[in-house]
Amino acid sequence: MSKVIEGLRYADSHEWVKVEGDIATVGITDYAQHALGDIVYVDMPEVGDEVSQGEEFGAVESVKAASDLISPVSGEVVEVNEALEDEPGLVNKDAFSAWIMKVKLSDASELDSLLEAAAYEKLCEE
Amino acid sequence: MKTYDKLIFELSKPGRKGYDLPKDNFATDGMKEIPATLLREKAPELPEVTELDVVRHYTNLSNKNFGVDTGYYPLGSCTMKYNPKINEEVSAMPQFAALHPLQDASTVQGALELYYNLQQALANISGLAEFTLNPYAGAHGELTGLMVMRSYHMSRGDNKRTKVIVPNTAHGTNPASAMVAGLEVVEVKSKPNGSIDVEDLKPLLDDTVAGIMMTNPNTVGMFETEILEIAKLVHEAGGLLYYDGANLNPLLGKVRPGDMGFDIMHINLHKTFSTPHGGGGPGSGPVGVAEHLRGFLPNPHVRKNEKGEFYVDFGKDSLGSISTFLGNFGVMMRAYAYILSLGKENIRNVGPMATLNANYIKESLKDDYLLPIDGVCKHEFVFDGLKDKSTGVTTLNVAKRLLDYGFHAPTIYFPLLFHESMMIEPTETESKETLDEFIEVLHKIAKEAREIPEEVKNAPLTTIVRKLDETGAAKNPILTYRALKESVEG
Amino acid sequence: MSNRFIPHTDEDIRKMLDVIGVSSIDDLYGDVPQEVIFKEEYALPSAMSEVELRKHFEELGAKNKRLTVFAGGGAYDHYSPSTVAHLLQRSEFYTAYTPYQPEISQGTLQYIFEYQSMISELTGMEATNASMYDGATATAEVMFMMVASARKRNRVLLSATLPERVINVVKTYAKFHGVSLTVVAEKDGVSDLDGIRKELEAGDVAGVILPTPNKYGIIEDYTGFADVIHGAKAFMAINADPSTLAVLRTPAEWGADIACGDGQSLGMPLEFGGPYLGYISCSKSMLRKMPGRVVGATKDADGKRGFVLTLQAREQHIRREKATSNICSNQSLMALYATIYLSLMGPEGLRKVNEMSCDGAHYLYGKLIESGKFEPAFDKPFLKEFTVKTSLDMEKVNRRLLDNGIMGGLLLGDGLVEFAVTEKRTKEEIDKLVTLMLED
Repeated sequence: MSKVIEGLRYADSHEWVKVEGDIATVGITDYAQHALGDIVYVDMPEVGDEVSQGEEFGAVESVKAASDLISPVSGEVVEVNEALEDEPGLVNKDAFSAWIMKVKLSDASELDSLLEAAAYEKLCEE
Repeated sequence: MKTYDKLIFELSKPGRKGYDLPKDNFATDGMKEIPATLLREKAPELPEVTELDVVRHYTNLSNKNFGVDTGYYPLGSCTMKYNPKINEEVSAMPQFAALHPLQDASTVQGALELYYNLQQALANISGLAEFTLNPYAGAHGELTGLMVMRSYHMSRGDNKRTKVIVPNTAHGTNPASAMVAGLEVVEVKSKPNGSIDVEDLKPLLDDTVAGIMMTNPNTVGMFETEILEIAKLVHEAGGLLYYDGANLNPLLGKVRPGDMGFDIMHINLHKTFSTPHGGGGPGSGPVGVAEHLRGFLPNPHVRKNEKGEFYVDFGKDSLGSISTFLGNFGVMMRAYAYILSLGKENIRNVGPMATLNANYIKESLKDDYLLPIDGVCKHEFVFDGLKDKSTGVTTLNVAKRLLDYGFHAPTIYFPLLFHESMMIEPTETESKETLDEFIEVLHKIAKEAREIPEEVKNAPLTTIVRKLDETGAAKNPILTYRALKESVEG
Repeated sequence: MSNRFIPHTDEDIRKMLDVIGVSSIDDLYGDVPQEVIFKEEYALPSAMSEVELRKHFEELGAKNKRLTVFAGGGAYDHYSPSTVAHLLQRSEFYTAYTPYQPEISQGTLQYIFEYQSMISELTGMEATNASMYDGATATAEVMFMMVASARKRNRVLLSATLPERVINVVKTYAKFHGVSLTVVAEKDGVSDLDGIRKELEAGDVAGVILPTPNKYGIIEDYTGFADVIHGAKAFMAINADPSTLAVLRTPAEWGADIACGDGQSLGMPLEFGGPYLGYISCSKSMLRKMPGRVVGATKDADGKRGFVLTLQAREQHIRREKATSNICSNQSLMALYATIYLSLMGPEGLRKVNEMSCDGAHYLYGKLIESGKFEPAFDKPFLKEFTVKTSLDMEKVNRRLLDNGIMGGLLLGDGLVEFAVTEKRTKEEIDKLVTLMLED
């Protein structure tokens, strides 16, 4: 049973978003890290990159699979989690604390299209 | 035999040498003319070992390998047929091996004749007009073929054709080659039996489609029975048909891709034409085209003039060069020798016997292994793991257990159509006795899975190394001896 | 049905058909539309026995002429110890497939690891892949690597001093993939830093590819290049002859991010153009964008050292159209060739190869200039290959050389002739070459 945290927003492509002010912190869900297995590399965007909702912003790799990261929000990347460069396994340890990027939101209304915890939990059970 | 686990670097001792050069009789000291700023500061740390050190080291390493000469190699989609020894002999002849690629044509008539003859033979075997032998491998052939496809459309000013249709079951090289060639990939769905879904294909065929890439038989070893309908539809929509020759072997002697309506194809000489895989190359991926595409083939090309002389030609409509010289000539010599050994008579039997072998294994094992697609296959087929799923023994476990019994594993977890894919391709060079042994062992493993599943899950138990930590290798890549030393010391 | 490659007896076939439950081989092709079954005779010769096959190859071989080679142009007539070819005949190596089952492929995996280590020593780089097809395609892949690493930048600069055959292949790849390519004109036979600087100003350049030695044989001086290129946030790659890197300043020492080139110079037979060996080395930061297979060291379940294919999630069989490259098969056996060659030669042997080639080349150069019929094309340092200018009718001269079993210099146009001298060329051979060239 994968962990889902109340209060976060979720994309059906298995990314989570935590919003504080106009900054959205983005990572992948516990369900996603489980499905991928041991994560060996996180391909992150660069600070200053523009990301758009529904578009790819990087990838996570396990030994024999790679999965694109789809941005749940649009805006400018203001920070990436450099700790993942040396220790990608942090995502397996705790997917919700191992965030990947922080985005300065350009359109906060996009958040409305994302799932609440309960709806996401239901998606994972299907 | 004693275990051997040294790296060549670990045998090194300063002052040892394994070479023998003549005396330098020149009074000139050329190196003096080169300014010190252009020279490297420290010598490279290459091993310093004797000739015998090197011979023993690599002989010992070879013993840690499994090749077709070691034993049965039923690797699906790889066509691991026997590599005849005479091909090694003739391809090493100094009359060919010592030729510089830029020698005047008058001094390489034999090499050019061989090259030309192979171009012609492949064209006849494939039912296409002309071949280039320049591509170095299958994926390189795919790329070249797609470049031909684009050149054709561009020559007609039809520049909006930038999409290529690829079945979702295709080998990974297909979409990757399309990407490199600057084409956008559109996936066409497969039916449950692995064949292209013609109804799904129809709406995809518009005037932005450059063509379609297919294998036939397809990735699950089934013949695409609707091929003529597919060819008609694609051609009517103004597209071209590309044939991925990875699965050509079962058709050898029976069906020619050109006759099925394909316009462009590549052949893997290292699969269908018995040249050794070399642990991952060198291969050769000749590309053939139909009459209307001849002019687009890459440069250079070998041709014959009216006087019967052979020459190297550079065409003006050509898509350009994709190789430094003429391709992997050494590989071509082997394929040419193989074709001559088979001759027009025996080539007839290659596909049929490969198909017979595959069906024989399939029917003999479908009691214990799950056969998701029933019916006559061609050169290969796919099991979806063990029939009895209750044991927890996976395809990976079965594959590793096969190693304990002295067989190479099949291709596993491909195609992605099934969760526990196990793709078996026997090739025509294996005897009924070998197949019977393989069948017996796979039955035995199925029995073990029921009776001693934990032992099967721990396989391999008898190989020189056990299961290797691939996650650790990917997380912290150690790719050189220098890095390895540092990781141990640090 | 049976021949020496097909073991099936009539009895085997009957028994196997029974198990399958069909009555004839034709039934196995019952799903194939009749109109595509090939019923004609193949336009091929009848099967040849080994005796006939040998004879045929002897006859073809007799139509070739083995020459004393004084040409290079990307293929060099270097010496190879006898041992290399012998060890390459171990069929456990050459009849193996790509090492997808590491437990029974440690032989292949380990030699690739050794190969990566040795090429990295020569280039000075941290990582090397398991091999590419040839030097030209490796350079084209480096172009993709730069564009992928630089992300939004899509232009690559090539120095016009790269070998013409390399530029041609890179151009083909660029044209179809959609990379904007600029060939920066040379200046006095070498790469022009000012020209490169000017192109970099546009801010859209992902990387710059430079050669060493260059198409004229000149050892270029790249002092200051890395600062300018990196200053413009572009990557720097050097296409280098790996044999010469035993003595020449390495791509890493010049500050390059990537090295690539052709390994034929590591003793490989000329073989009429292939198989040779492409290589790519790079710094650790570019590793994830490097194409092709890579082998890494690891441990097995018992803690024993072993080797595996690693970083596979970059590759086509996983990434499909999102991979940086479509390469699958490479030139693995030629990587083994290079590994065994470099083991035998060692640092000292490879240095001597370069010194002897360099001595011979300078001896020939001196003789040509001394004759008064040739003049220096560029007064720049060279190693084993050099270019001179002449007003002699070189077509005629080269024909005369051919009649005497010699392959003369390559004609670059405008009276430029390029010679290559390896350690195999003796003083006597060079003297004979010069005498014949100066006959009229």
